[in-house]
Amino acid sequence: MSTQTADTEGPVGRGASEGARLFREWYRSLDAVAQRGDGAAYVFVMGSLAELLRVFDLPTVFPEVNSLQTAVRRVAHEYLNEAEDYGYSPDICGYVKADVALQLRGGSHPMGQIPKPALAVLTNACNTYIKWAEIWERMYQTPVFTLDVPGSRASGRQTWPGDPDFERDREYVARQLKDLISLCEKVSGKPFDIDRLRETLGHTNAMNRGWKRVLEINRSVPAPFNAVTDATISLGVANGFRGTLEGATYFSQLVEEMEYKAARGIGTIQDEKHRLIFVGVPCYPIFRRFNEMFSEWGGAFVVSTYLWFASGGASLGYEYDLERPLESLAEGVLISVRHAMDCMFFQEQALLESIDDYHIDGVVYHAIKSCRTVSTGLADNRRALMAARDVASLFVESDMMDKRVVSEAQLKNRVDAFFEGLASRRQTAGV
Amino acid sequence: MVTRTLDVPVAGRLEDLTHFARDLLDDTDFPTVRRWRDAGGKVVGHFQVYFPEELAHAAGLLPVKIRGAQLEARQAEARFGSYLCSILKSSLELALSGRIELDMFVTHPICDAARNLAAVWGRNFPYSCQILYLPQNADSPHAASYLQGEYVRLQHDLEEIAGRAVTAADVARSIGVFNENRRLLRQLYAVKRDRPWLVSVSEAYVLMAIGGIVPREEHNDLLQRALELIEQRDAKPQDRMRVVFEGGFCEQPPTDLLHMIGQFTYVVDDDLLIGMRWLLDDVPTDADTDPWMNLAVAYLECSSYSPVQHDLRKPKERMLLDRIRGADAQAAIISAAKMCEPGLDEQVAYAKALEADGIPYFVTEFEEGMTSFDHLQIQLETFVENVLFA
Repeated sequence: MSTQTADTEGPVGRGASEGARLFREWYRSLDAVAQRGDGAAYVFVMGSLAELLRVFDLPTVFPEVNSLQTAVRRVAHEYLNEAEDYGYSPDICGYVKADVALQLRGGSHPMGQIPKPALAVLTNACNTYIKWAEIWERMYQTPVFTLDVPGSRASGRQTWPGDPDFERDREYVARQLKDLISLCEKVSGKPFDIDRLRETLGHTNAMNRGWKRVLEINRSVPAPFNAVTDATISLGVANGFRGTLEGATYFSQLVEEMEYKAARGIGTIQDEKHRLIFVGVPCYPIFRRFNEMFSEWGGAFVVSTYLWFASGGASLGYEYDLERPLESLAEGVLISVRHAMDCMFFQEQALLESIDDYHIDGVVYHAIKSCRTVSTGLADNRRALMAARDVASLFVESDMMDKRVVSEAQLKNRVDAFFEGLASRRQTAGV
Repeated sequence: MVTRTLDVPVAGRLEDLTHFARDLLDDTDFPTVRRWRDAGGKVVGHFQVYFPEELAHAAGLLPVKIRGAQLEARQAEARFGSYLCSILKSSLELALSGRIELDMFVTHPICDAARNLAAVWGRNFPYSCQILYLPQNADSPHAASYLQGEYVRLQHDLEEIAGRAVTAADVARSIGVFNENRRLLRQLYAVKRDRPWLVSVSEAYVLMAIGGIVPREEHNDLLQRALELIEQRDAKPQDRMRVVFEGGFCEQPPTDLLHMIGQFTYVVDDDLLIGMRWLLDDVPTDADTDPWMNLAVAYLECSSYSPVQHDLRKPKERMLLDRIRGADAQAAIISAAKMCEPGLDEQVAYAKALEADGIPYFVTEFEEGMTSFDHLQIQLETFVENVLFA
């Protein structure tokens, strides 16, 4: 089953090509920073605070993105081996190890030179962020700022503005942000400018609006984009260009493209037979091949939880109130990062709703060795989902970085059996 | 009036008491918790590492430390993937198999795996299952006030379970009980450090660990008696290497493994069940102070260290070096539970710091279900000989 690219008129394909161009441009700009000997702000996808860091003209490096790029470019094993030789265990996060090796190599990366960290800003959305930043602290004495964002205490127990528990959490985040502003002023030597913050928040608003809309458009049958492959490019833009005009423009054009495709029935694959949800982190070592195992059977990934949490909760479409930028930033960070965490720990209700809204035939759980944050609860989540809804599901394990634990043949066997089961279900149901 | 759950033998020797504690600790049917429930009591299970047990105690609930067990995780295995530490699976198995019955379960964001437990547990049991978000930026000036609020929120949830209101005086009284417990544990560790021939690492461990499954008043009585018996022990110092054991902050090494280590070293300090000794000094109980704030401040400002707490003021490798020097140890055993990401991450930093300081160290991994230690014993003996006869 080939990927749909037949209709090249209009905006079709623009999101992919423009996203790739922006991506290359971003890495070129980071290479230039490194060549000048300047540092960058190291941040993570769940709560990057890019809107704030841009006010101080701090270039942002996403170590997670650097690491996954080594896997996509099939050199991850070289980086992993180097970090393991340094002393890191085979049983820890592969992203961390690839970054350790990158640092040991002086920033050398397939996409260009990566600047050293002048500052690290992280949230507690993933515990490994915290352990990771401690490594830069030790290597370079990098100033590290951990923005502590209290997540949902239990499933269905989210609180909202006006609730005393929410206000307490918001106040906590707001106070920390003020401290972060002081640290940014110190590191960058530039004063805080609230009007520039308004500007970057405005761009993020446009991006969040666009991201949410793009994800909604995939309710169309056939699905205009593949939520695992096509959307990963857009996800890169959502993170790397957060708070910028380029990012805002990209997403408004992406909405246009997807609406165009939806209106004309242009799907991501030519003959969409099975609409699927992907739960987890992609298998980057065999990124395209992994998807082909499904598309060959007419399976299209229509929804991916990765697009929810790895966009830092942007999928929620939170929009900042530009009349009260600092207060709104605190509220938005709390709600969005909390949403990202919910999409990893408490995602069962959202999955059930997606099954209905996106006309889903099957749910694919992809647990990976490298990431316990995302993977620990997946098997139990699957069990609960199957108890709640009669939907086909598949549970497979591999990794996002380490090809030593990716067994393509074993995966294919499982995927084939899954589709045979789906076909049999259809037959039984008389569809 | 505290429900009695322990039937402590009239101990004439320390061995009687440690055997009793060991049997109780190994009993995966948790008889003390059953007795508490049989008497009408309610139980709050809290996962490792630190939990403000005083809050549950003040509500008349039994706080039980969920720390895994040596058992086959038949039902829990189906609820988890492959690449996880054992304690997660065995802890859930205890509940799924009905060996331990809870009225509430609390986990903490100590690691990426453990924070998932509230969701997993919540999907499997009807009672309240939640995450207590202890601050992850312990050096922030705003962490204490946030944590105080979080403790008050938790207190309300505990009140609901208990069906009764809790006053500041109730919490202060409970803090007093736990202050006494921590004082006794400090005494036990002082003996281990200063006269390690009087109490081995495995003996001290079982005496401490049962505190997690019995009312703390009973544990205080038992520790008091144990300390008296330790003083009466007729044991002579031996020519053994003094070591610090690091890596027991969450999943627990088998007691037999500790026993093996204690056969030819003196473990003069460790981080085993560090949550029970997390607060380093008495927490104030003055009537005119806020006990929830007192507990919050103690957690942040007067506490130990572990790989699962990030505090810029407490770089872990420096803290380890302080622990080694404070205990006058000659070497360190740098251990981590299998698949324990924080522990494995920290091993690298520890090893580099120890190398830089010229302190010999032995790196290893363990799993709570291990039953054979022959290979490890040979490696450790070789390490000790190399250091002692270098």
